[in-house]
Amino acid sequence: MRLELLGLSKRYPGCVANDAVSLKVEPGEIHAILGENGAGKSTLMKMIYGVVKPDDGQMMWNNKEVEIKGPAHARQLGMGMVFQHFSLFETLTVTENIALYLEPSEVSSMAALRQHIEAVAQEYGLAINPDRKVGSLSVGEQQRVEIIRCLIQDIKLLILDEPTAVLTPAEADHLIQVLKQLASKGCSILFISHKLHEVNALCDRATVLRAGKVTGSCVPRETSPADMARLMLGDELTLTETFTGGKTADLLLQLKQIEVAPNDLFAIHLRDINLNLHRGEIVGLAGVAGNGQDELVDLLNGEIAANAGQMTLSGQSITPLSVQQRRRLGMAVVPADRIGRGAVGTMNLTENNLLTASITHGTKGGLINWQAVSQRTKQIIQRYKVKTTGEHEQADSLSGGNLQKFILGREIEQAPQVLICFHPTWGVDVGAANLIHQQLIALRDQGAAILVLSEDLDELYLLADRLGALCAGQLSPVIAKDEVSLEQLGQWMAGQFDSKETSHAH
Amino acid sequence: MDIAFIDNVLFATVRTATPLLLVALGAMMSERAGVLNLGQEGMVLVGAALAFIAAYVTGSMGWGVLAGAFAGMLVSVLFAFIALSLMANQVATGLALTIFGTGLSAFIGADYVGQSITGLSPIAIPLLSNIPLVGKALFAQDLLVYLSFGLFAGLWWIMRSTRLGLIIRAVGENPQAAHALGYPVIKIRYLAVLFGGAMAGLAGAYLSLSYTPMWSEGIAAGRGWIALALVVFASWRTQRVLLGAWLFGFASILHLLLQGYGYDISPNLLGMLPYLVTIIVLVIMMRRKQGIGDAPRSLGRPFSPSR
Amino acid sequence: MRIEKRLQPSRTMVLMSPVLALVLTLLTGAALFKLLGHPAGLSLYNYFINPISDWYGVSELLVKVTPLLLCAIGLMLCFKGKVWNIGAEGQFIFAALISGYVSLQLLQAEGFWVLPVIILSGALAGMAWAGVAALLKTHFGASEILTTIMLNYIALNLLLWGVHGPLKDPDGYNFPESALFTDQTLLPLLSEDYRVTVAIYIALFMLAVVWFVLSKTLFGFQIRVLGESARAANFVGYNSKLLIWMLLLFSGAMAGVAAVSEVNGPVGQLIPTLNLGYGYAAIIVVFMGRMHPVGILIASFLLGLTYVGGEMVQIEQGMPKSIVGLFQGMLLFFLLACDLLIHYRLVLPNSAIPSFSSRRSKQVVS
Repeated sequence: MRLELLGLSKRYPGCVANDAVSLKVEPGEIHAILGENGAGKSTLMKMIYGVVKPDDGQMMWNNKEVEIKGPAHARQLGMGMVFQHFSLFETLTVTENIALYLEPSEVSSMAALRQHIEAVAQEYGLAINPDRKVGSLSVGEQQRVEIIRCLIQDIKLLILDEPTAVLTPAEADHLIQVLKQLASKGCSILFISHKLHEVNALCDRATVLRAGKVTGSCVPRETSPADMARLMLGDELTLTETFTGGKTADLLLQLKQIEVAPNDLFAIHLRDINLNLHRGEIVGLAGVAGNGQDELVDLLNGEIAANAGQMTLSGQSITPLSVQQRRRLGMAVVPADRIGRGAVGTMNLTENNLLTASITHGTKGGLINWQAVSQRTKQIIQRYKVKTTGEHEQADSLSGGNLQKFILGREIEQAPQVLICFHPTWGVDVGAANLIHQQLIALRDQGAAILVLSEDLDELYLLADRLGALCAGQLSPVIAKDEVSLEQLGQWMAGQFDSKETSHAH
Repeated sequence: MDIAFIDNVLFATVRTATPLLLVALGAMMSERAGVLNLGQEGMVLVGAALAFIAAYVTGSMGWGVLAGAFAGMLVSVLFAFIALSLMANQVATGLALTIFGTGLSAFIGADYVGQSITGLSPIAIPLLSNIPLVGKALFAQDLLVYLSFGLFAGLWWIMRSTRLGLIIRAVGENPQAAHALGYPVIKIRYLAVLFGGAMAGLAGAYLSLSYTPMWSEGIAAGRGWIALALVVFASWRTQRVLLGAWLFGFASILHLLLQGYGYDISPNLLGMLPYLVTIIVLVIMMRRKQGIGDAPRSLGRPFSPSR
Repeated sequence: MRIEKRLQPSRTMVLMSPVLALVLTLLTGAALFKLLGHPAGLSLYNYFINPISDWYGVSELLVKVTPLLLCAIGLMLCFKGKVWNIGAEGQFIFAALISGYVSLQLLQAEGFWVLPVIILSGALAGMAWAGVAALLKTHFGASEILTTIMLNYIALNLLLWGVHGPLKDPDGYNFPESALFTDQTLLPLLSEDYRVTVAIYIALFMLAVVWFVLSKTLFGFQIRVLGESARAANFVGYNSKLLIWMLLLFSGAMAGVAAVSEVNGPVGQLIPTLNLGYGYAAIIVVFMGRMHPVGILIASFLLGLTYVGGEMVQIEQGMPKSIVGLFQGMLLFFLLACDLLIHYRLVLPNSAIPSFSSRRSKQVVS
């Protein structure tokens, strides 16, 4: 047995992240850890890798009990980990990053290390330039750096934390090939995911976590997705409901030949963006993170200005208008960063409601009517089922899903004409995601135009009436969902827009 | 204008630049590790006071220098503990250190105001010091100046081509990632802050033992702050810190030049020059939009390894 | 013993932390006095109680409170918005120079307008000096911490130039001091027996104004958002540059009024040693006062006490006057240290929450 966990537990103030988790991994086995967001998958991996110390339990490595003293110790034993949020240094080069990962004794010279990197990259088909600064690499390339860094030593166990979340479908397929090649050489792989189809395609065994506990273990190839979903989600119904399409009406928001030049080193250049949003429709935009989504949202919000092109709302130009002016005209934005942009973590919910709601209500002549604001906050909490101790609770003590419900509720309560929604259900549990989806559909059916940007393709297919993708700052054609195959969307996400089978929407 | 005059100007430039160089190198290292220590002024002052007292009491310059560096380091521990272990706001903690250091140095130095010692004497290096123009400026200085050159060279090498330099940069850019790789972020930051404290203390020792061999309240006269600006000017790069220090050194002695040419300007107005230059330099740096981009990414942000 | 993050910041500790810091400062102070061969109890009594044991002492405390409170009112708004204006000292000095100049021009002037003009000139001068930092920050992106500090030194040099040069009293035996101000250029006293001026009313009035702005107006709310999260402020489209300008100008004006309260009050002329570090001490007032109007009112009395107490032990026990800075620095240090307890709690090793070391005992059971 390569790795065996016996009753590993970890508690944080206010929650039990892992409760007596046990599992076994054989040499050469690809083992999935399956679970919803917040099920405790990441904490478990961090304990195995020594980043977090367990409160309880025992760990066996090659049939001997070990107590991992830290990541360096884990590495010595032959473990490697690819983190969900990469642990790379953007201002350092690929070679420097990898040098930092290795023990001093393993780096005879930077030149030798550089050669070694190229050899490993070649062997597994992971093309990379060792001299580039990591900050200038795409997300997919950065992940390659993380993987190469693990492979450069003699590795016995590779841990990957949701590795495909940041990849295009084609990149994900490539990664799966690499992992299979690695496993065939005897390396065990722990693969964290919440995507059933991936686990089905790749893994030999799966351990399912729910709320920090192991709820089951299975062989994915022999288990139906429905059964695995039940293990993951419990007995509560998994409402994989479908929505009826929207009734598209007149044109509301129009972007014509928009261009935005980057204003810092890592920003993406938006080019020739043409997009129409109609009343009563949801437009979904797919795309791997870092392909211009942030810039597009900032542009629509009014934080950054376009260098060229026109934006109109109901035929009226909004190109030169500020954030507040746009909001006054009925535009609303739900940003990707809930804490820090969408909400102020250190302020309470009432104050966070006022943050954007001050445009439509709660203030008069620059004075705040706190009682009215607080009243509306209570309404939002109730209507959107926000789990909180009350409107005085600080935003950063809410769970991600609850805060998202609150932020979405705050915007919807202002009855916007146009809602831009970035990652509506990122890190949100199934129940909350369902609620958010229903609220978005309801808003659409009231005649609002909604733009959803997401990396979750299932979500986009579920919600959107029309679909498109962003890649390297350019927008693919945006056409009716039924006409976009998954394969087509994948090509768009990779930047191949000029495929013959589709024509422009207009 | 004769050669001797230029020799003297360059000599004075290097002398004036030395305390700035020492503080700025130390501040640069702690900022590279991600710690913004605004207490430089306080550390310089405490270093200066203790260096003077030690030299005065023991009669030994060596003890003076050691005491200065040690005192600077000791008060930097206060900062490190509060800002790193207790995760307090670094701006506020740095200010506290400056206020505290100003008070402490004045308090312990109160009995020594007006006392005098013979300062560090210059040691001219044979042959080298005879090189025209740069000879006197670079090779006829006292030991502390030579030490500052040595420290500069050492830090330049560390930051450029050692693993330690790489680790420090990594900790300053992304402490979470460095922690995940098993590097002791807090320990490295402690060491960087303590090193900065020792450097500031050395700068203080230079001021009270060599530059003006005496103790007076507020002898640092804002040099700790100017050095912080210098680090921004230098975009956190070692070589540029040296260039910047010389530039500031030169600006600070401009009034000598002006007086040399017979301009009659109030010394108080001329006294504004270094501060004015600092502001102008900051503005120019920011205009070029470089300064900010080079700052260590996590500068000034507390790091907690727990989660 | 280890620390553990609280789920919610503790409101109790927000209020208790300054008290705890004060206690620790007193204990350390006592140890320090003892170490220096002074009786600890008597020294602390001389420092913190003796100075205010009679009405005159209390009035002298108010004399210190006035400029401290005025400076702190401005800084409180700045710090709320995370605009690190360290330049109240420079704004104070520059305003003193300008309003002092105006006062010297108006020595013989008569009329109700004289004092308002002087106060206005001080406020405007403070605003101008702070405005420089605002311009440098909003237009060039230069850190206000460094620019305001540099402006402090520049202002000090300007004051020295003024009193050594153009503003020197021609009949002053060549002392670097201006002529004494005349009665009509001095702020009215509250009572002939004490040195407290009407400026304390201005300070209290402005404190009320700031309280209102922060708690009831959208503008105050915007300042808080800017301070808590500049990115959120950008996201909702608050005009950060305008806010930064307003904050710096307002605190400059407050420092300017503080300068007038001092120069056209107890001092009565321009002297080179005008600045007793009120601008720096006001920073501590703001932190000790938890950036809350009532808090800074209390804290300004405490910091005022460090000044009058320092003078007292200087007179009574021959301590150097720099003991003031020492106490102020300690106070801020201890405060910042105690503030840890707002977000964290101390956990004793044998408490109910199991720790890593207890894992073996549990294993036997399983």
